[in-house]
Amino acid sequence: MKPRHKRFVFIGLGLAALAAGAMLVLNAFQSNLVFFFTPTQVANAEAPKGRGFRIGGMVENGSLTREADGLTVHFVVTDMAKRVPVTFKGILPDLFKEGKGVVAQGQLGADGTFLASEVLAKHDENYMPPEAADAIAKAKAAGAQSSGTLVVDPR
Amino acid sequence: MIPEIGHYALILALCVAVVQGIVPIYGAAVGDSALMSVAKPAARGQFLLVLLAFCCLGYAFAVKDFSVLYVAATSNSQLPLHYRLAAIWGAHEGSLLLWVFILTIWMVAVSFFSTHLPEAMRARILGVMGLVSVGFLLFMLTVSNPFERLIPAAFDGRDLNPLLQDPGMVIHPPMLYMGYVGFSVAFAFAIAALLGGTLDAAWARWSRPWTTVAWCFMTVGVAMGSGWAYYELGWGGWWFWDPVENASFMPWLAGTALIHSLAVTDKRGGFKAWSVLLAIMAFSLSLLGTFLVRSGVLTSVHAFATDPKRGLFILVFLAVVIGGSLILYAWRVPRVGLGGGFSMLSREGMLLANNVLLVAALGSVLLGTLYPLFLDALDLGKISVGPPYFDTVFVPLMTPAIFLMGIGPLAQWKKASLPELAVRLRWAFGVSVVTAITLPFILGQWTPLISLGLLLAIWILTTAAVDLRERLTHTDGSSLMGRLAALPRAYWGMALAHCGVALFIVGVTMVKGFEVEQDVRMNVGETATVGGYTFRFDGTEQYRGPNYIAARGTIHVSQGGRDVTVMYPEKRRYFVQNQTMTEAAISPGLLRDLYVSLGEPLENGAWSVRLYHKPFVDWIWGGCLVMALGGVLAISDRRYRLAWRRKVSDVPASTQMARQTVS
Repeated sequence: MKPRHKRFVFIGLGLAALAAGAMLVLNAFQSNLVFFFTPTQVANAEAPKGRGFRIGGMVENGSLTREADGLTVHFVVTDMAKRVPVTFKGILPDLFKEGKGVVAQGQLGADGTFLASEVLAKHDENYMPPEAADAIAKAKAAGAQSSGTLVVDPR
Repeated sequence: MIPEIGHYALILALCVAVVQGIVPIYGAAVGDSALMSVAKPAARGQFLLVLLAFCCLGYAFAVKDFSVLYVAATSNSQLPLHYRLAAIWGAHEGSLLLWVFILTIWMVAVSFFSTHLPEAMRARILGVMGLVSVGFLLFMLTVSNPFERLIPAAFDGRDLNPLLQDPGMVIHPPMLYMGYVGFSVAFAFAIAALLGGTLDAAWARWSRPWTTVAWCFMTVGVAMGSGWAYYELGWGGWWFWDPVENASFMPWLAGTALIHSLAVTDKRGGFKAWSVLLAIMAFSLSLLGTFLVRSGVLTSVHAFATDPKRGLFILVFLAVVIGGSLILYAWRVPRVGLGGGFSMLSREGMLLANNVLLVAALGSVLLGTLYPLFLDALDLGKISVGPPYFDTVFVPLMTPAIFLMGIGPLAQWKKASLPELAVRLRWAFGVSVVTAITLPFILGQWTPLISLGLLLAIWILTTAAVDLRERLTHTDGSSLMGRLAALPRAYWGMALAHCGVALFIVGVTMVKGFEVEQDVRMNVGETATVGGYTFRFDGTEQYRGPNYIAARGTIHVSQGGRDVTVMYPEKRRYFVQNQTMTEAAISPGLLRDLYVSLGEPLENGAWSVRLYHKPFVDWIWGGCLVMALGGVLAISDRRYRLAWRRKVSDVPASTQMARQTVS
């Protein structure tokens, strides 16, 4: 092979490797994106069935109950318009509180309960997950009736 | 008064930085030695001024001066002194001050250890660093001044986030910033070379040790961040692929590619343009990382909207630095020229493949980190990219890179022969494959990923052993010790750093493959068994710290009836922000960590408790430390020491010459 041909092979192999890498990355990217839905969207059946997603809003006051095993908890996530019941087995993060914002990742069960595999707590001093604040702000903007008991500052 | 002095010092530093950024570069362009010689005193003067400002802010924290807005926002009168001082870099404004302070430290270091450089080169390097400093000082003085007053003064401060009240906070950010900012030296070398149009092997030799030092700091900094997350967040994870972590990991990847590419430029004169591009990339990513973490954009991209001036400044600054240097690159790089040719199968070829893979990995992290931000900023919906994405991408990208890492050091420059390499490496290959397949069975569980991880780790170690043996046979000397000592330290550094990677892989593989996690409800006196260890919960008691109140649990751990240790996990409530914090208890060991954290209190003194058995987890950070040690060893190599020693004898001559030119 002449050096020129060699260079062509070199470049060709490089491009092929690059294309394969890009395919790999984009494919993994596509299948691992986690979308976010507000309780209103979940109530309107916009959220996917059988695929994981994130839900965010406020933990409704007085909705937290714990089963006898001490680990399985039930609570309600609300955006002040719609409410979605959530079940989670495990230890809740420190920043989880009733009346505070929350983001949970998991799947929708057959009975409409959100089965959370993970409850997230961003480590930030003004704790209101942006997704949760956004969900509440959106529901408010849509003119849904507010429960009026909780005042949220959508930053 | 003291804060005003600090503020004033920053303004003076800005003036000095402007002079340092313009005069020496202009002097270098017109060949005026007097103008070029401004660089050194300017750099040192700037250092002193920023040091003064830094001390002023530290003083304000020490004396609890809550009339300074930043002090009131990030500290509290109950906060112990060492955390008050660490609070200097607890938020945005102070972090910027730390950044500039470290930049001036690097400048002073350059001004002292650059006497062997041509004068124009040194002037340009310090000039470029001065320009970077101008950007940061302007940013601080216009939109994020740490010395801003709060009138009337606050009665007490809002306190430092309890998560940051940890010894890790005292040391982790300065380490990481030493790395981030250290890449500014490599960047300045690259820009100086582009400006001057001289890019040769000597340039690579000069900039190599600086890049390696920055890379060492970066390695330790990233590892410390990971370790901190491990024990402080109470989840037992050591890497979450969180944007904050990715922000520090991206410059590390670019820096790792850079030190390998510089090796080629130094030894063979190749990859010149590529090295320069990587240096620009590493520093740009450092800037991006600083701003991503500290500007609040990650909490909400709309934080930009609440303070548009700050966001705009950041975007303009990034555009000027990255865009400006890329334009300069495009304009000047054609005259840099190419290095010598090489065959695909050669050490250059393998280092090239290593670089391509590292940069591809870097690109995939960048995509996963920035894409959600872009979507959010454009109001196209909220998404997140989770750890599965990064895991799926990283394993296939890093596997070939690590495989080549074993072969590269043994391959010849320019052209290597495949059959010959195969013969030299056949034992290493055989041993690795056999061990990787059988070892998991002995450990009790076989999965493809465990085998792959062990294969890669053992491959690195065995090829390093082959390499060492071959080098010893080619070294003269009578005794084994003599021949070992005759090998250059640069070689030892490389070998050690590569072994660090092997240790790291062992840690990751073992933790991912064999860790056991259990969330349990535990009554007082109840036991639970995890990973062969029996944990007995003996209840909790109240305990008071300086600025928090804690429930401290007592957990007795035994193995086969033999007591192992007693662990005290805590649940703390910090008074000022009324925030609850889990303080995990860890019993570290060479072969395993036991990790216990308290969940929530249940009725009758029972608690939900999280128990972990984590085999080999400390090897992850140990591996990183070994990598950094390898870097340190490499820069202590004889040829760098010679270069510095030579400069001592050169100094009188060169100053004489300078004086002559001046007069």
